[in-house]
Amino acid sequence: MSAPEPAIRKTLADANLQLAIYNNTGRFKENRRKAVAPEKLPEYQKLRSQAAAVKRHTLDFLDVYLMQLEAAVTANGGKIVWASTGQEAADFILNLAKERGHNLIVKSKSMTSEEIHLNERLIEHELEAVETDLGEYILQLAGQRPFHIVAPAIHLTRDDVADLFTEKLGIERDTVIENQAMTARRVLREKFMAAGIGITGANFLIADSGAVVIVENEGNARLTHSAPKIHIAIAGIEKLIPRMRDLGVFLDLLGRSASGQPLTSYTSIVSGPRREGELDGPEEFYVVLLDSGRTKVLADSQKRESLQCIRCGACLNTCPVYRKIGGHNYPWVYSGPIGKIITPQFQGREKDPWLPFASSLCGACAEVCPVKIDIPGILLQLRREHSESPQGSEERTMFRRWAWLMRRPRIYSFAAKIGLGFLGRKPNSWLKRVPWPANRGPLVAWLAERDFPAPPPKSFRDLWKERRR
Amino acid sequence: MAMVEVLERLGFEVEFRAAQTCCAQPAFNSGYHTEARAVARHFLDVFSDAETIVVPSGSCTSMITHHFEELFAGDAKQLERVRTIAPRVYEFSRFLVDVAEAGDLGARFPHKVTYHDSCHALRDLQLKAPPRALLSKVKDLELIEMETAEECCGFGGTFSVKFAGISGAMARTKMDSIVKTGASYVVSLDSSCLMQLRGALSRAGHKIETIHLAEVLASRD
Ligand code: SF4
Repeated sequence: MSAPEPAIRKTLADANLQLAIYNNTGRFKENRRKAVAPEKLPEYQKLRSQAAAVKRHTLDFLDVYLMQLEAAVTANGGKIVWASTGQEAADFILNLAKERGHNLIVKSKSMTSEEIHLNERLIEHELEAVETDLGEYILQLAGQRPFHIVAPAIHLTRDDVADLFTEKLGIERDTVIENQAMTARRVLREKFMAAGIGITGANFLIADSGAVVIVENEGNARLTHSAPKIHIAIAGIEKLIPRMRDLGVFLDLLGRSASGQPLTSYTSIVSGPRREGELDGPEEFYVVLLDSGRTKVLADSQKRESLQCIRCGACLNTCPVYRKIGGHNYPWVYSGPIGKIITPQFQGREKDPWLPFASSLCGACAEVCPVKIDIPGILLQLRREHSESPQGSEERTMFRRWAWLMRRPRIYSFAAKIGLGFLGRKPNSWLKRVPWPANRGPLVAWLAERDFPAPPPKSFRDLWKERRR
Repeated sequence: MAMVEVLERLGFEVEFRAAQTCCAQPAFNSGYHTEARAVARHFLDVFSDAETIVVPSGSCTSMITHHFEELFAGDAKQLERVRTIAPRVYEFSRFLVDVAEAGDLGARFPHKVTYHDSCHALRDLQLKAPPRALLSKVKDLELIEMETAEECCGFGGTFSVKFAGISGAMARTKMDSIVKTGASYVVSLDSSCLMQLRGALSRAGHKIETIHLAEVLASRD
């Protein structure tokens, strides 16, 4: 499939949306920059190297650590559920809900559950699944998917939310954000109390202690995993880190990279169901470990580092392309630079071959990534795979001709002269329209957006010759 | 030509090899390694015996110093050549600051300018300080930093035509921040960024000019 051009054009032309994306990501970006500045966090680069090294090591020995995790979770009285596909993960949850007779499920924010379209599946089977993160709740009402992996509803303004609440909840229109949050809170409290199952994601899984770590700012994840009788955490297998003592490095980086917060408001470390003598917590605890394409990436030593991601969203906030086209023009739930590299790997490169090419390779993403994923390098790899596949054959012919020309300097300089001659020679005048012999292809695309500078009156080669005379 | 003038003024003997064409980046960035290799080999042939190679572009420099090795991985003979040539390749401002240890070049440029960090110069070659140091020595030049100096101009080679809409939108964002400085020139190390910015500025009817660092440094009374 080629790029969704009309949709992209629509996003680019929507001034309000552009402002919302640019300002919100800009705020995160700026807060992050301040939080990791040398004055604030002198050890930042050391932390990054350490985090990257821990992740790399874990991925290299993932099988070992997964077994360790399973042993620890089981010892704590929980259960690991292996799901090789999203379907399997959803089936497990569906069956459990049916067996236990629970019709109401509360959920905290989880991109992994978005990835497998869990809500849709649950609703299909007439279960009620309610998102409890404010942003996700808003999106669920609006029937949209997350626009951003960390801040799912950044594209909606308070006015949008006011309209939505009026329409869906039948309340009076109110544009005060605090009141909107209170409205959601009122609705959601009841759901928390009545729900039989709470589903969370996991920011980290800790092999040596069998723990699930969930970070959040609203306290809804805490209620999700502690109020209902059953807690199910769903996570990709790459969320693993070896030891509890490795966690600190990641917590230092995650909040700061995401929003500039030294630490998010709530960090839950859940390791098993309620024990004897404890007053609260779930009776049953499950960790659903999802493969769904991940082992394929793991097997690719060159692109394996894509799995190091801790989903902080920093690369989205800094990406000049994401900041223009927003989250919904990416083909999958993961948007921005990280989406650009994992979508083709998880879902197959052929489906959206344009994706790795929709980048100026500016490298801003790699610069801010807390686990040092070489995103531009992986984009280049993906481009190479494309070019070497049948899909790249047409363009290869073009590059073959180009390479031929580039090895023939005389013909090259002659061709350049002729080419530039066609583009007009008037100094200080810009090309604004396509001249007759070139009214196709790249020049048209270029001129649709900008002018083409007039070439200098004399080429460097000519000037050089004159000078040496 | 401006780069030649500056280098000669510093007493370097400058030679232009007419056989040179391209660093191979367009093909490499599009994923066509075979074609890129052919062109890169031509580069190595042309420059194999040059003492020092000064490049007026961060992007081309980065291609040679950062990607040639990857391109020739598995070809021991070419790799050997890359390893002897690449260390002699310098981006222009890096050469002036680190090798020539140039301070005041006697340049005068009585204008307000703002500086655009091109992505490869900034992130691959760590060239944040050298061009600014050189600009600070130019007589009567006032450097006004824009808010988004480090943000991409949106050129990105074939990206600029394959995704012209996005590329153009990026250029306009950058342009707005240039215009806000009130500068009459925008300076950079890469002609491709300048071409992109000039196209956007001209289309929007702004009178701001684009200029390569070498041209600023070559300007005199
Ligand atoms: S790729 Fe890096 S910057 Fe982007 S979300 Fe993942 S960890 Fe964060």
